[in-house]
Amino acid sequence: MTEVAHAHISIEPERYELTAAAPYRFDLDRREFFRFLGGGILVVSLLKPAAIAQESGGAGRRSDSLPKEIDAWLHIGDNAKITVYSGKAEMGQNIRTSLSQAVAEELHVPIANVEMVMGDTQLTPFDMGTFGSRTTPTMNLQLRKVAAAAREMLIGLAAAQWQIDRQHLIAADGRITDPANNRAVEYAALTKGQQLTQAVTAETPLISAARWKVAGQSALKVDGVDFVTGRHRYPSDQKLPDMLYGKVLRPPSFGATLASVDMQKAEQMGATTVRDGNFVGVAAASSELAAAAVAAIHAEWKSEPQPSSKDLFDYLRKNEVAGEDPTGDGDRYDVGAVDEALRSADHRMQQTYTVSYIAHVPLEPRAALAKWDGDNLTVWTGTQRPFGVRGQLSEAFRIPEDRVRVLMPDTGSGYGGKHTGETAIEAARLARAAKRPVKLVWTREEEFTWAYFRPAGVIDVTSGVRSDGTITAWEFHNYNSGSAGIRSYYEIPNQRIVFHATNSPLRQGSYRALAATANHFARESHMDEIAHAVKMDPLEFRLKNLKDERLRAVFEAAAKQFGWGRSKVAGQGFGMGGGYEKLGNIATFAEVEVDRNSGDVKVARVVSAFACGAIVNPDGLRNQIEGSNVQGLGGALFEAIEFDNGKILNGRMSQYRVPRFSDVPILETVLLDRKDIPSVGAGECPMIGLAPAIGNAIFDAAGVRLRSLPLVPNGLKVG
Amino acid sequence: MATIRLAVNGNLYTVDADPATSLLTVLREHLDLTGTKYGCGEGQCGACTVLIDGKAQRSCITTVGTVSQKQVTTIEGLASGNRLHPVQEAFLQAEAMQCGYCTSGMIMSAVALLQRNSTPKESEIIDFMDGNVCRCGTYARIVRAIQNAVKPMAVPAGKGAGR
Repeated sequence: MTEVAHAHISIEPERYELTAAAPYRFDLDRREFFRFLGGGILVVSLLKPAAIAQESGGAGRRSDSLPKEIDAWLHIGDNAKITVYSGKAEMGQNIRTSLSQAVAEELHVPIANVEMVMGDTQLTPFDMGTFGSRTTPTMNLQLRKVAAAAREMLIGLAAAQWQIDRQHLIAADGRITDPANNRAVEYAALTKGQQLTQAVTAETPLISAARWKVAGQSALKVDGVDFVTGRHRYPSDQKLPDMLYGKVLRPPSFGATLASVDMQKAEQMGATTVRDGNFVGVAAASSELAAAAVAAIHAEWKSEPQPSSKDLFDYLRKNEVAGEDPTGDGDRYDVGAVDEALRSADHRMQQTYTVSYIAHVPLEPRAALAKWDGDNLTVWTGTQRPFGVRGQLSEAFRIPEDRVRVLMPDTGSGYGGKHTGETAIEAARLARAAKRPVKLVWTREEEFTWAYFRPAGVIDVTSGVRSDGTITAWEFHNYNSGSAGIRSYYEIPNQRIVFHATNSPLRQGSYRALAATANHFARESHMDEIAHAVKMDPLEFRLKNLKDERLRAVFEAAAKQFGWGRSKVAGQGFGMGGGYEKLGNIATFAEVEVDRNSGDVKVARVVSAFACGAIVNPDGLRNQIEGSNVQGLGGALFEAIEFDNGKILNGRMSQYRVPRFSDVPILETVLLDRKDIPSVGAGECPMIGLAPAIGNAIFDAAGVRLRSLPLVPNGLKVG
Repeated sequence: MATIRLAVNGNLYTVDADPATSLLTVLREHLDLTGTKYGCGEGQCGACTVLIDGKAQRSCITTVGTVSQKQVTTIEGLASGNRLHPVQEAFLQAEAMQCGYCTSGMIMSAVALLQRNSTPKESEIIDFMDGNVCRCGTYARIVRAIQNAVKPMAVPAGKGAGR
């Protein structure tokens, strides 16, 4: 795949990222800004820099209005405190640290001087949400520009003060120095008494990655001490005076409607009760009392028959729905003449691959604390889309968005599972009835049942190949799981690639790497199958059909680290998988051990080679890659949601196996740092090569080809 | 309801609660010690781990009535002032966390392990810690942190106490 082909695969939100509300048009009086922030320097970053350059002229502005469509801003106060405002949300991907690094780099200050204010719809500019590995390629770059513009302003202020050409001045260590005249001035002395605003312009010079000193280096989590001491307050830890605890009565199955309800006993227990349509809930003085009150409610529900997991793949094939592709990420791709090429191929192969629904299982379940002041609503909640949740609240309560404030204290992970605002709405509804703040934290069972799942899918692959290992034809049909990563990066002249939208028996949505995991599993497993059919080494076969230099580089780097081609002992198997997603390139090699008697499959070692442009925080990046591999083990080996007739059958931690210490293989990571290429994200791409690498390694070890994720929920049946 | 006396992190508390209430609920709702986390409610994930008389216990399945005569230690009770416990320091230095939600429980389990086995082998760490879940997948770093935590106790004198 060429650079051009790379470029047209966008990282716009995907089909299942759940659509975002229309952007909030930020419109603040600049005097309001300084009233709120205190004097100093304010630099704003704008979504459409070209239009702004016109508006602002690039100089320090003194007019009273600020441009709209700001996506981030930075303030340097009289006390030299640097505060950065971004609508992004932190849930463990460590952007609070990597974004601080970017700002510290451009402003030449220690990371500790930078404070990030994030995910607060009142204090931060609109942001669509934190998903799709977009923070590093977009927000990191924007904040670098903002910080660079601030630096240039400070140099300008010093130049004016000393009446000297700015070219002679240097910004370093929080000061502007004039080496020729041996003088220096602290940033704080320059900002004092100022009320200057500046918009980022296209001309603002950025420090090139090759010269980074703070960015590009490993940095410890900026607020790490708060986490190891238990001091950090997650959404579920929030508390207000007079607060009540909320609990919702759940229907016995999905889509059930309430026929009748008797809440008398709950009320006698002292709980506030609410029935509003199908919503039934209580608020009480303790979480225990709330749970007891809900248990005392007698309700009759009407349920409809629904599909079960044993019929899932058949259901998906038979329930295709027509519909517009909402995201433009491509439902169909045709090139060449596939049918002819298949007819004339030396070898043809057709296989079907399936992927089960899996749950995110964020260790902190969804939680919200809601408080009304008259018609104004404030909600603290764990979400990847604070502005999206604000929109949902505004819609649910029929109040304008400017009466709703959503705050997102750094939450206990998301993995794509916290895009929506169920708990926020539930807590707010109960708080309105109780006329007191209400906190509502989902139980693990609620989280397993009433959130949403990674989409299940069925994928049919048909291929044609010449005896020399050249792939000539490729037909790929994905039912339901999604179109992320659906295109092949192998050079194939004749292709037909189709995504089929279908009805989904379960509520489904975003999940780390989303459909790229399913599509890479099918593609990279199939590549392995063809390699064996034409009796070629799987690595050699891939490289023969792969031109993309960056992808070749990660395959070659991982193969070298792994020791591809070395000899094996009985029961051992080696396999690979890799690809391209969210602008990153990954190759993953796995070593498995299969016990043919017990059927136990142990993943012993995983080697990943990853390229994501210029690396911002090497250790943080390794942590993301290791985490992707560990989390990915679950979906690859044993995670699957079982359901029947509108009920989840394994919605508890004791019934749904997630990876643990004893599952973890030796993890080796090779980072290809490309300082000449813009930095891109790493939260998702590293996951996609793992499942096929393991599946291919199992085939290598035991001669059994597995085509369904999870691969071995009950061990491997050999022979 | 009953009046229950509790010793938590060296402090004595009196709470009015049903003795069947979970210790986790009492810590979080009555004492506002929110460092101990809810994860599953059935003792399967370890996020709620505390020390009871020095032993790691899951506070979500421990009723408050059973601990009134015992010493409870939570994550808030580990550091002495600003001086972190060696296990906390080791987690910090090894960046053994992402979202950090499992971290309290991980640290409490690790402290309990090191109290009964000050030089655990890697396999012993994995066995002991297997009941604690980290969904972000930082297990390998946690193992490293636990191994490193033992070292500061034997550091050269030059490094001195404190941090």
